Amino acid sequence: MGHPSPELIITAGRAQRQYWQDVWRYRELFYFLAWRDILVRYKQTAIGIIWALLRPFLTMVVFTVVFGKIAQLPSDGVPYPILVFTGMLPWQFFANALSECSNSLITNSNLISKVYFPRLIVPTSAVIVSLVDFFISGFILLGLMVAYSFVPSWRIITLPFFIAIAFAAAMGAGLLLATLNVKYRDFRYVVPFILQFGLYISPVGFSSTVVPEQWRWLYSLNPMVGVIDGFRWAILGGESSLYLPGFLLSVGLVVFLLWFGIRYFRAYERTFADVI
Amino acid sequence: MNLPIIETRYLSKRYLLDHQAQEAPRTFRDVMVQGSQTITNTLLRPGRRRRLPSAQEEFWALKDISFDIQPGQRVGIIGRNGAGKSTLLKILSRITEPTQGSIAIRGRVASLLEVGTGFHPELTGRENIFLNGAILGMGQEEIRRKFDEIVAFAEVDRFLDTPVKRYSSGMYVRLAFAVAAHLEPEVLIVDEVLAVGDMAFQEKCLGKMQDVAGEGRTVLFVSHNMGVIETLCDRCILLDRGMVKADGAPKDMTELYISQSRQMVAEGFEHQTHKPFTFLNAALCNTQGDNISWVDEGQSACLHLSFRLNQPLKGAEIGIQAHPQNSQDVLFATALSDCLPAAATELAAGDYTAQLTLPGTLLRPGIYYFSLFAHIPHHEWLDHREHALRLTVKSCGLTDPRKYVLEKCGHVRLEGDWDLRQPDAQVDRVQAQPLVAQAQR
Repeated sequence: MGHPSPELIITAGRAQRQYWQDVWRYRELFYFLAWRDILVRYKQTAIGIIWALLRPFLTMVVFTVVFGKIAQLPSDGVPYPILVFTGMLPWQFFANALSECSNSLITNSNLISKVYFPRLIVPTSAVIVSLVDFFISGFILLGLMVAYSFVPSWRIITLPFFIAIAFAAAMGAGLLLATLNVKYRDFRYVVPFILQFGLYISPVGFSSTVVPEQWRWLYSLNPMVGVIDGFRWAILGGESSLYLPGFLLSVGLVVFLLWFGIRYFRAYERTFADVI
Repeated sequence: MNLPIIETRYLSKRYLLDHQAQEAPRTFRDVMVQGSQTITNTLLRPGRRRRLPSAQEEFWALKDISFDIQPGQRVGIIGRNGAGKSTLLKILSRITEPTQGSIAIRGRVASLLEVGTGFHPELTGRENIFLNGAILGMGQEEIRRKFDEIVAFAEVDRFLDTPVKRYSSGMYVRLAFAVAAHLEPEVLIVDEVLAVGDMAFQEKCLGKMQDVAGEGRTVLFVSHNMGVIETLCDRCILLDRGMVKADGAPKDMTELYISQSRQMVAEGFEHQTHKPFTFLNAALCNTQGDNISWVDEGQSACLHLSFRLNQPLKGAEIGIQAHPQNSQDVLFATALSDCLPAAATELAAGDYTAQLTLPGTLLRPGIYYFSLFAHIPHHEWLDHREHALRLTVKSCGLTDPRKYVLEKCGHVRLEGDWDLRQPDAQVDRVQAQPLVAQAQR
C-alpha cells in the first residue's frame, strides 16, 4: 500500500468517484471483520464450532418429523431428511445473513463514527460470516448423503451459481434493511418477523411441487423459492425439476434487489456517521 | 510540487437538531398521515434534501472554513468545546461529509480520533493488533512487519495472548496507541488522544509524534494542552464557533486563545439580584495590577474577586479551589475565613472585593484552573463558578522541549528544608551513598 495516493477531492453532496477503488484498497478489511466475528462468536463456549452443526441438524430432524412423517408430504423420491436439508441449507444462510447484515451497521457504530473506510465492507463481511457457517453446515449434508448412500448427479457443479444467487439476495435485502436500521431502529424488530414468516412461505420443510401449477409464478415472487428450488435441482438430480419461468422471475428479482440495495445504501452512506 | 497537501474551500457542516414539536398532533390519524408521508418521502427520494420540518433547528458546526496546509507542516487546532475542531477532523478524515464547500487531499490520510477504535474485548492482544491495523488502513504485510515494534512500544509482550478485556486500562490504551502510532501515512490526523494514560506514557506518545513530524509528514493535531501545541506544532489554527478566528504561530494563537477564554468567563457573570449572593467578577493580575493569563515560573500573581451580598449572611465560606489541568482533583482550596475569622461570622449586605496573592514560589510550570465557591457549610450552596479562571505558569530556562510533561515533579513547590549530613563515622560510605543520590534527585 506504499504507492502514492492520487489527489482526492471531496465536494459537498457529491459521491466520491474513487469509491470502488477504495473498496479494493481496503479489501483486506472484508477478511479481518469476518475473521473477527467468527473468532468472537465461539470464544468462551465449551463446544465452540459444533454449535454451527448442531443447530441446523436439530432443525432438520424436527422438520423431517413434522412435514415428512406427520404431514406425509411428498419427497420427490429422495430421502426426506436430504430434501429438507437441501432447502434448509440456503434458507439458514439467507436468514443468518439477513439478520447479521441488517444489524451490522448498528453493532459497528463505533467504527463508523470514528474511522473512514468504505461502509459497504461492514454489511458484506456480515454476509461472508454467514457464508462460512453455510459451508460448515454443508458437512451435515455430506454426512446425510453418505448415510443414505445418495450420489448426486453432474448438476452439482452448478451449485456455486445458486450460492451466488442466495448471496446476492441476502446482500440486497440486507443492505436495504441495514440502511433503514441506521435511522429507524424499528427495522430491528421487523427483520426477525420477516424471517419467521419467510421460513413458512419458502419451500424449506417441503418441496415446492406441492404448490398448484397455476400459482407457481406467484410463489416465485419470493426470491428464496428460486434459490431453494435451484439447490434441490442441483443436488437431488434426476427426479426434481426446475420450474423455469418462476426461477427466472426469482433471479430477476434478486438482481433488482441487489442493485437497489447497493444504490440505496450508497445514497445514504455519507450520512451514517451523523445519524447513527 | 508546491501544491498544498490539504486545501479546503468554504467548508461548512450543518447539523439538524431535533426539538420536541411545539404543537402535539391532534389525533392519531394526524400522526399516521404525517408519519406515512415522511416514510414515503424518505423511501422514494433518498439523497434529496427534504423540506425542513418546523421542529428541527439548523446548527452550523463549521462555517466557511478555508485554509491550505503545506506538506510537512505540523498544524495544531485549538478552540473551545463546540468550536468545531472534531467536526473538522471528521470531515478531513472522510468520516462525514461537508454540507458545503470542498476539500482536496493529496496524500494518504490516517486519522486517530479515538484510542482503540475497533478493539474487540474478547480478542487477544495479538488478534487486536491485526484487526485494529486493518481498520486503520494497514495491510496485513505491513502489520506483520511492524508487529514486534508495536509490541515493544506498548510493553505488553507478556500479555499478547490474553483477551484485552482482562487488560488494565493503561495496557489497553498503550496497545491501542502503539498500533496507530506505527501507521505511515502522509497526513496524520490526531484528536486529543494524549489525555489518557499515565505521564510516562504520554511523554512517550509525544516523543513518537515528534518523530513522525520529524520525518517530514504532515500532522494535524487537536489538543487542549497549550504546552503540547506550542512544542509540537509550527502553525496553529484557532477555531471559534465554527469559523477560523486566527491562524499563525502557535505561541501567538495559544495566548490569544487563553485571553479569549478568560474574557468569556468574565462576560458570564450576570447580575442576579434575586440571589442572596453572587460573584460579580474574577480576574488574575500581576503585581502591577494588569490583567494577565500567564506568569513566568517564580512570579507571583494576584487573584481578584468581587461579589455582592443582597442580604446579610452568617457563616458563609467564600473562596477558591485550584485544579491542575486535565484533572478534577483539587490541588488546594482556600476561603476568606481562613485568614479573616470575622468574614465567617457575619457579612453585611453590599458589594465586596477580595484579593488573594499566589506566591511565585507556589506553583510549578503548568496550567491551573481556579473555581470560585461560596457556601454556608452543611447548609446551602450560594454560588459556584467552576473553572472560572485559568493561569498558565510558564517555565523559564527550558532546555528540553519536552520538559513540561515531566510533571512527575508535582504541581506545587515545597518550601521545605532539607538537611543533609553524613551519619557518624561508624557507618561506612557504601551505605551512605544511595541516600545522597536520593536526596539530589
